[in-house]
Parts: sequence; C-alpha cells; structure tokens
Amino acid sequence: MLQGHQTWIFPSKPVILASAAVGGPFEAQGPLADDFDILNDDIWLGQESFEKAEKKMLEQACEKAIDKAGLKKEDVHFLLSGDLMNQIISSSFAARTMGVPFLGLFGACSSSMESLALASLLVDSSSAKYALAATSSHNGSVNKQFRYPSEYGSQVPPTAQWTVTGAGAALVAHEGEGPKVVSATIGRVVDMGISDPFNMGAAMAPAAVDTIQAHFRDMGVGADHYDVIATGDLGRVGHHIAADLLQKHHIDIPAKTFTDCGLLIYSDDQPVVAGGSGCACSATVTFGHFLKKLRKGEINRILIVATGALLSPLSYQQKESIPCIAHAVAIEH
Amino acid sequence: MSNKKNKKLSPVQQEYQAFAKAREPKRPVLKNSLRAFFVGGTICFIGQLFQWIYITYFGFNEMTAGNPTVATLIIIAVFMTGFGFYDHLAQYAGGGTIVPVTGFANTVASAAIEHRTEGYVLGVGGNMYKIAGPVITYGVVSAFFIGLIAVALKALGGM
Repeated sequence: MLQGHQTWIFPSKPVILASAAVGGPFEAQGPLADDFDILNDDIWLGQESFEKAEKKMLEQACEKAIDKAGLKKEDVHFLLSGDLMNQIISSSFAARTMGVPFLGLFGACSSSMESLALASLLVDSSSAKYALAATSSHNGSVNKQFRYPSEYGSQVPPTAQWTVTGAGAALVAHEGEGPKVVSATIGRVVDMGISDPFNMGAAMAPAAVDTIQAHFRDMGVGADHYDVIATGDLGRVGHHIAADLLQKHHIDIPAKTFTDCGLLIYSDDQPVVAGGSGCACSATVTFGHFLKKLRKGEINRILIVATGALLSPLSYQQKESIPCIAHAVAIEH
Repeated sequence: MSNKKNKKLSPVQQEYQAFAKAREPKRPVLKNSLRAFFVGGTICFIGQLFQWIYITYFGFNEMTAGNPTVATLIIIAVFMTGFGFYDHLAQYAGGGTIVPVTGFANTVASAAIEHRTEGYVLGVGGNMYKIAGPVITYGVVSAFFIGLIAVALKALGGM
C-alpha cells in the first residue's frame, strides 16, 4: 500500500521466515564471522572461475534459507535476485539451478533491499506465499569486471573499498515466526557528479540521505523510531559524509543508531582501506547479523538503506558520472 | 579539480563535491613518494646487482648485460605476481613498483592470470595486454615521432 510519495507499507507484515548469509575466507576473519551460515575457506569454492564461485555462493544462500525455513525449493513461488555481473549472470544461473519462477533485478549493491522490498510486496499483495530475495557479489569477479586484475599492482586511494565475497538470501512468507517487514522506501537516482569509481562512498552518500529523508517524511517518523539505521556500503568515507549531510538537512540520527554495513563486516586490521562494498555487503550483514539480533530481541526496529552505484565500466571510460540509488526497508521484531 | 570539469556540474553538485572533498582522506603524497623512492630504488639496486653478476661472472659487458638483467627482473616479477605477492607490495610502494620494468611485467602477467578462465586464445591471448597495451601503443608511436624529429635535425645539420 502506497504511503506518502515513494513508500510502501505492508499491512499484513510479511515474515522473514529464514535467512542465510554466505561468506568467503576473508569474511571469516571479520568480526561478524559467527553470524554467517556458511563460510567457504576457498575463494574459488572449487570452481573454475570467480563467476562460477559467485553463482555457487548464491545457490548456497538460497538453499540454506529454504532449508532453514523447513521448506522445499518447490514451495518458493518467486525468486527475486540481482548481482553486479554483466547481464546479472550469477542470479540467472543460480535461478537455473533453483528451477523456480524468477525475476532478475539490477540495482547494483542496492539489490539486497530492492529484492527484499519487492518480495515483501508480492507476499503482502497475496501474489506469493513464499518469495525468496537474494543477492551476491565476489571480490574476484567484481575486480575483473569493474577494476583491475586481482594481482595487478596498483595502489588504491584511501577512499577505495573492498568488495565482499558472499551471498545473502531471505525467505519472505505470508505467515510464520520471525522478523517482519513493515515498510519499504524506493529511492530515486541521485547523481552528484562524482565520477571516481574509487570513491563510491562519496558518490552514494547523497542517495542514502535522500532515501532516509523520504522514508521519514512518508512514514511520519524520526530517527528515534529505529534502534539501528544502517546504510549498505558507504564505507568510512561515505558514512562520514552521509552523517554530516543528514545533519546539514536537519535530520538528527544519533551516532549509535547510524551505522554502515561496510564498516561492520571487516575489522580495522583487515586491509580493506575504507571498508566493505558489494551486493553481499548489505545482504550478509542484514540477513546474517541484524536479523539474528532481531530474532534474539536485542534490537526491535531496524532500517536498512542499501546503496547502489549504477555505473558500468563503459560509462566510466566515457567519463560519465556515477548515478546512485538507495532503497530502504524497515524490519521489526 | 579543474574548473573546466566543474563547469559541467550544477551549483548543487559543485557544492556537494566541495562538501564531500572536505571529508575525504587525502592521498598521503609525501609518505607515498618516500615509499616509492625506497622500494623503487631497492628494485633498481637489485637490478644493478644482477648486472654486476652478469658482467663479473658470465662475460657480459656493460652494453650487453642489460638484456639478461631485465629478463631476470621480469621473471622474478612474474613469479611474485603469480604467487600473489606483487599486488600487496604495490599497495605499499605505489609508484615504486610501477615504474621499474617489474611493473610492466606485472601488468602483463596479472591480466594473463585473471583471464585464464576465458581460455588461452580469447582469455589469455586477448586480454594479456589489456593494461600494458596502451603503454606499448603510445611507446611505439612516440618513438616514431621522436625518430622523425631526430632524422630531421640531423638532415638540417643540427646534430
């Protein structure tokens, strides 16, 4: 149901029956290692390519989420998934394995919340009983497509981020026990003219701020409504900018409420420069870490604002700036 | 940022970019320069050492020792790339690992490794010079024009 200008509220409160977070060896060294369901000790996952390894992780996440919900693949009505690869091959190929009706999405790193919002909408409108929202990213495959070869020796600037190797999936159901999706705000594309792909945090911060502002306006709530407001993958630089930008717009979010998945996933001694990024960043931290806390009752209301940079290697070479988006989903205990 | 680039941006974008820039960590230029100087210098020192070995023990002279010296450095750099060490050294050293011949070896080897999964022909063959290609292209082109200038100067009796 539309609320305000760009927010959906879900009166039936779709339930996240189960969720799964899959990571790689580097994520296993991070502070959230215990919140992952599967931690692979090989970035190749025994596959021939990084692309296949990413697809494999997405399959692992989907299967684990279905398994944890006590369901079978056949019970899932729709799979909604997106990733960063050209033509979203990770999602499409994982959907081939799953064999369930599939909607492929592209929202770059905002795919986690784009898919969760749409899955919740499907369930809330009785268009599905069980919808699976999933997304993945792989450090190797993303480096290959968007940056330089993994072994290429170039020094990255202090604003660069590290793409998370992982996948996340959430099974949204019409009834059951678990955290409930209550509302979602769909973001608009914001482009502040930043064109440096090694500075995604600064590029995406205004999109996150725009969506948070829209969410508060549409829902008529303030920051105190939530225990945690987490952006997807702004990293250290973007988080700082977003916090100051919110203040400039007279939106006061306490420092202990406002955080970023890209800051939580890795520890300070891991060489990730400005923090984590990638579709799996917000997906694994939300579906692993935050949902676990919600289930335990440690926190009651969260707002996840997944941020995405909608550039391509081609658009960057043609000197285009980076259009960015952010989608927010509110989840309650 | 140049003013020319700024002109394309709206006032709001310009204002934001200044806002963001004030909050971005700067590249530590002095630290980077010092590290580049020492690591780059060490690589050159090792090269010098090999040259001395080739001259002293293998009968090369100062003119001919260049080839085996460069080849040795390239082989070492390629192995370091293959074992996943070179990129870490480069994050520390910056320009220090790019400028010597080892940097060039790394660009070719890293691209070849990266695209092995797309096969030997289209993958390795097609992508090996993805990063090194522009250097070769413009190296050859500029060498050609410098050559033309040299020939012209000679013809005019300038050299």
